[in-house]
Amino acid sequence: MSNPVSSLGHWSLRVVQQLGRMAVFAVAMAAAAVKPPLRVASFVRELYKIGVLSLIIICVSGLAVGMVLGLQGYHTLVRFGAQHSLGAVVGLSLIRELGPVLAALLVIGRAGSAVAAEIGSMVATEQLDGLRMLSIDPVGLVAAPRAAAMLTAMPLLTALFIICGLAGGYISGVGLMHGDPGSYMASLRANVDFHGDMIGSLIKSVAFGALVGVVATYRGYASAPTSEGVSAATTSTVVIGSVSVLLLDYVITALWGV
Amino acid sequence: MDRSPLRDFIVGLFVLAGLAALAYLSISIGGFSWHGRGGLELSAGFDETGGLTLHAPVVISGVRVGEVSGISLDSNFRARVDMDLDPTLKLPTDTSASIVTAGVLGDRYIELQPGGDETIIKSGDRIAFTESAVILERLIGKLVYGITNGEATETKPKPQVTPK
Amino acid sequence: MANVAMGEPGTKAESSGAVDTPPVVLDHVRMEFGGRRVIDDLSVGFPRGGISVILGGSGSGKSTILRLIGGLIRPTAGRVLIDGQDITDLSERRLYQLRRKLGMLFQGGALLDSSTVFDNLALPLREQTRMTAGQIADEVHATLAAVGVSDVDRLLPGQLSGGMLRRVALARAILRKPGILLCDEPFSGLDPASTKRIESLLTGINRQWGMTMIVVSHHIPSTMRMAQRILLLMGTRTVEGSPGELRSSADADIVDFLDEEPGTAPGMAKE
Repeated sequence: MSNPVSSLGHWSLRVVQQLGRMAVFAVAMAAAAVKPPLRVASFVRELYKIGVLSLIIICVSGLAVGMVLGLQGYHTLVRFGAQHSLGAVVGLSLIRELGPVLAALLVIGRAGSAVAAEIGSMVATEQLDGLRMLSIDPVGLVAAPRAAAMLTAMPLLTALFIICGLAGGYISGVGLMHGDPGSYMASLRANVDFHGDMIGSLIKSVAFGALVGVVATYRGYASAPTSEGVSAATTSTVVIGSVSVLLLDYVITALWGV
Repeated sequence: MDRSPLRDFIVGLFVLAGLAALAYLSISIGGFSWHGRGGLELSAGFDETGGLTLHAPVVISGVRVGEVSGISLDSNFRARVDMDLDPTLKLPTDTSASIVTAGVLGDRYIELQPGGDETIIKSGDRIAFTESAVILERLIGKLVYGITNGEATETKPKPQVTPK
Repeated sequence: MANVAMGEPGTKAESSGAVDTPPVVLDHVRMEFGGRRVIDDLSVGFPRGGISVILGGSGSGKSTILRLIGGLIRPTAGRVLIDGQDITDLSERRLYQLRRKLGMLFQGGALLDSSTVFDNLALPLREQTRMTAGQIADEVHATLAAVGVSDVDRLLPGQLSGGMLRRVALARAILRKPGILLCDEPFSGLDPASTKRIESLLTGINRQWGMTMIVVSHHIPSTMRMAQRILLLMGTRTVEGSPGELRSSADADIVDFLDEEPGTAPGMAKE
């Protein structure tokens, strides 16, 4: 019977195998995306489903997170007499970490799972095989536009999340706690640096977009052609996607020195 | 084909909104600016930079003319600050550079005071006249020292702001 | 173009000689899924221009054979040959080229369910030809008319009845005029009238275009009417022959098999 060490070995090999397949899939998608015919209409449709339809959850969550930051930030800073720096605290937290990470997690849950389920059910109903028999590559027609839309939508949604967060911080810090409106914006402007903060934030959101795009499309594509397979694809997208976003966040933060 | 003009429009708006958000964050808040290509490279030595950071602005009469492109230590343990400035500037060789603060507790930046010399400074030159940053704690220390040891009769203890 | 003597009873398709190599050949094919052997050492050739039916109970591997022919899966052992070309080890890109000779009618239709009927049919033409929008529309409507369907352009596949869905899928499969048509259970789930319609469509297409057809089915009456050759999969035994041969066979297994109620799944072959 297998002992724990062998099981661990077997599991590790399977993980590496999965990663390998995902990487091959990602490269195939990238190649198909730039080869004509460029599927612009498809891309726009997916951008709508992934980006526009996520706007509500992104903006509401951004606002809520910003308001909490404003409240908590104010209470903490007041102890050091530094409440005029609230703008900087809220802004830097959002731009550097909370914006990219939280926006990515929200998108994974809403759009990532939807993409995985959609592709998974196409596998289950033999639609992808149907395409193959017509000599049409399903990776290029179905998967690539969705991954490209995810990659494009993520930085845009992240920016909107941050703006809503800043507004939320203003509402609670200045509106509720009667902080000084001028110093909120001034400390924000003075302490946020384009090179150090914004570029790092942008790199993160683009990287997360690519990661989630690949994970969601691959889990759908490689799912078992049953209803159970579709559901497994959805849950594994959320789990794997979330964990890898958080890990990637650490890697980028460490490398970029943000 | 299943195109919907309305949907295309909405997606277009979404993309514009996102880009606008990025632009606002970058420019208005992040301070990104398309400065014209630098090109005039000068250096200056200081005893104390006081927390001057990379990409800090270099200013003449309140107008930004470039940025700090490098901060390092020279062989005498003095700070060497490299600057990347607008190449159309014509600065005299007796220009001075000082590290000043934006407000009392704000960020450091470099202010250049053009001198009156005839010769114009060239790229790669070193600014000879410099004024180091003022460190607030040392100033307070000197003041206290001056009060307790000098002519001051009233010994008003400086209020100590103890963080935490 | 039919220059091969059909009809001689007992003649196996493979032994027709070099004049007419079967367009589809399975050579000692074995297929295993995770340790379970579904097809064991199967060698068979399907005659050109004829309708061949693969009969068998559920799980006998009939759909697997179609997927092997289409290159959607690769055999664990053995070779699959299309027009003499071994497709077993072909790269994906070559397979795409090869599939222009094939058309496949899936059991569920396998149409893209979020695209309209028109877009589903127009897709391969848009992707692979330089036809204008007008030409594409003409071609699509002509093909739909050939299968007896009209006025469904804007409908989604989900809005079609079972019979119409099947016919639209058939239209898509024959759109590129393939030489070989594969049909996976084309009669399943249809009422008798629709079944008859599909059956006559298939025989009509075969007659008009000389398309080689390989049909997987468990519907015995239609099979007996349509097929020129039948491949019977009964568990461990495979038998091949014309409908006449099988009907007049004295073999106990075959008699049992063919005796089942038409339209219901035949019982698993008894040992």
